Amino acid sequence: MDDAAPAALESRPAIEGERDSRVALTPAAVELLRLLWDLHGPLMFHQSGGCCDGSSPMCFSAGEFRTGGSDVLLGVFDLDDDAGARLGEIEFWMSREQFEYWRHTHLTVDVVQGRGSGFSLEAPEGKRFLVRSRLIG
Amino acid sequence: MTVYSNPGTEGSLITFDSRYDHYIGGEWVPPAKGRYFENVTPVTGQAFCEIARGTAEDIESALDAAHAAAPAWGRTTPAERAATLLRIADRMEENLEKLAVAESWDNGKAVRETLGADLPLAVDHLRYYAGAIRAQEGRLSQIDEDTVAYHFHEPLGVVGQIIPWNFPLLMAVWKLAPALAAGNAVVLKPAEQTPASIMVLMQLVGDLLPPGVLNVVNGFGAEAGKPLASNKRIRKIAFTGETTTGRLIMQYASENLIPITLELGGKSPNIFFEDVMARDDAYWDKAQEGFTMFALNQGEVCTCPSRALVQESIAGDFLDAVVERTKRIVQGNPLDTETMMGAQASNDQLEKIMSYLDIGRQEGAEVLTGGGRLELDGDLAGGFYVEPTIFRGDNSMRVFQEEIFGPVVSVATFADYDDAMCIANDTLYGLGAGVWSRDGNVAYRAGRQIQAGRVWVNNYHSYPAHAAFGGYKSSGVGRETHLMMLDHYQQTKNLLVSYSEDAQGFF
Repeated sequence: MDDAAPAALESRPAIEGERDSRVALTPAAVELLRLLWDLHGPLMFHQSGGCCDGSSPMCFSAGEFRTGGSDVLLGVFDLDDDAGARLGEIEFWMSREQFEYWRHTHLTVDVVQGRGSGFSLEAPEGKRFLVRSRLIG
Repeated sequence: MTVYSNPGTEGSLITFDSRYDHYIGGEWVPPAKGRYFENVTPVTGQAFCEIARGTAEDIESALDAAHAAAPAWGRTTPAERAATLLRIADRMEENLEKLAVAESWDNGKAVRETLGADLPLAVDHLRYYAGAIRAQEGRLSQIDEDTVAYHFHEPLGVVGQIIPWNFPLLMAVWKLAPALAAGNAVVLKPAEQTPASIMVLMQLVGDLLPPGVLNVVNGFGAEAGKPLASNKRIRKIAFTGETTTGRLIMQYASENLIPITLELGGKSPNIFFEDVMARDDAYWDKAQEGFTMFALNQGEVCTCPSRALVQESIAGDFLDAVVERTKRIVQGNPLDTETMMGAQASNDQLEKIMSYLDIGRQEGAEVLTGGGRLELDGDLAGGFYVEPTIFRGDNSMRVFQEEIFGPVVSVATFADYDDAMCIANDTLYGLGAGVWSRDGNVAYRAGRQIQAGRVWVNNYHSYPAHAAFGGYKSSGVGRETHLMMLDHYQQTKNLLVSYSEDAQGFF
């Protein structure tokens, strides 16, 4: 993983039988999520695959994207504001079939300057969430 | 050799406006909320114009205009609509170089490709659908001696289209040509990474269409794309992009009970059987080019042949040859016709590619060439350039399973035919594939066995209008191009007519 992207917040494991975090946020990601929470309320992630803006984490208002039996909840973040007051949970989802190809890697959600991202909420801020990966174990 | 001047400088074919409003109802309309966003060229990384930042209010205005225009447009004759498409095609052809340079500047791709592929294909698709709609006819079924079922084609009405950034003009035309030919009015949202070239096109051809038939609203996905895709006033939504947004659009469509077409990318296998090297001839040269097609459009193609599968018996010599071929790719100023590969479309795209080069190495894939960012000098220093990269590894690695959307190919070897088919189909996606063999029987069987919507046999990255394009598996729903695409923009009206005077006998 890039040295520039240390994890600031690890997720709570959500897959049955697992005790280690699979997903983390960098400080920049935490900061951007606080801004988006302020603008849009509770949030969620769904990791995309495929074309154009794909292979990137999409951030939506919680419940905007309907997950189901074809998805896996990889972890849950407990987000606080910058004064330490609790904002709420952010779930991180991925399609089950995609997870089968990704399960050997730990993901860290980072932020880069960018433009455009499907319907993900951060695009108007001129920023883009990006996943950085490292092998587990 | 030609080096086009940068837009806005002396001698340039194109000077962009400093600001582009929406195109609604045949007029240039400022965004309701008065906000704009900066548009950056990937060539230098510098902003070059402002673009209207559309919201739900602008989408509603565009839908008002489209609904006002749709009934009359839907009643025009196929001959009239065909003539309109032909006039648009002619206008584009007359301005082909200007549009090609505008497209390269907005997207970053090499002008060699916009001149030779994007724009000529866009022109041809318009002409194709002009012909297709003239030749289309409904069918009738004789139910019994006095009963006839007539099947008429009718337009859907007002449709929404969301365009990707990798071929901004060509993908817009892929969607527009059949929709307009079939008699629909359109609200189109370009990608926010490449919003300018389509506005240049509208300035050129807007007068050829009745006001409101084609409306273009720019903006971000969350602010303009969602109000369009989830709108109750569209009768169909077409989207090219990635899987999560595709699913989200399908969810919105389910709420409104409207049809969709989705084109969602791939991880296309390009399979080379051992007989490709049986002779050192033109075919072997063509096969090497076929491998190197991963670099076309900087790899930003849904059908990028990003997994090369090579038969073990030839792997060593084959890879030596294609590494050499890849090293001959000329990178540099996208507006130089000698440049083969331009800039990635955005900074975040560049960053994503770099993150994949990182995980590829972590997983133990061997870098045969490339593997990093390319730093260019002068104006181009701020642009988004990546070296064409060949990884060698195995199909379980993430660089073999995820669409990187960059100039990166991952090579694995296979033992025999069955092994090749097993690896080729071990993917979530099924958009494109390539099969290379001098043995027609092997190539035919492989082409049929691969689960993908478009299998190129002994060629790659060809996109004729008269061939259907679309995905199996997670690569999407529906087809684009080919006259069957008209079905995706038409209702079937069945008129069931009795020519008998006799009662049916129930009451």
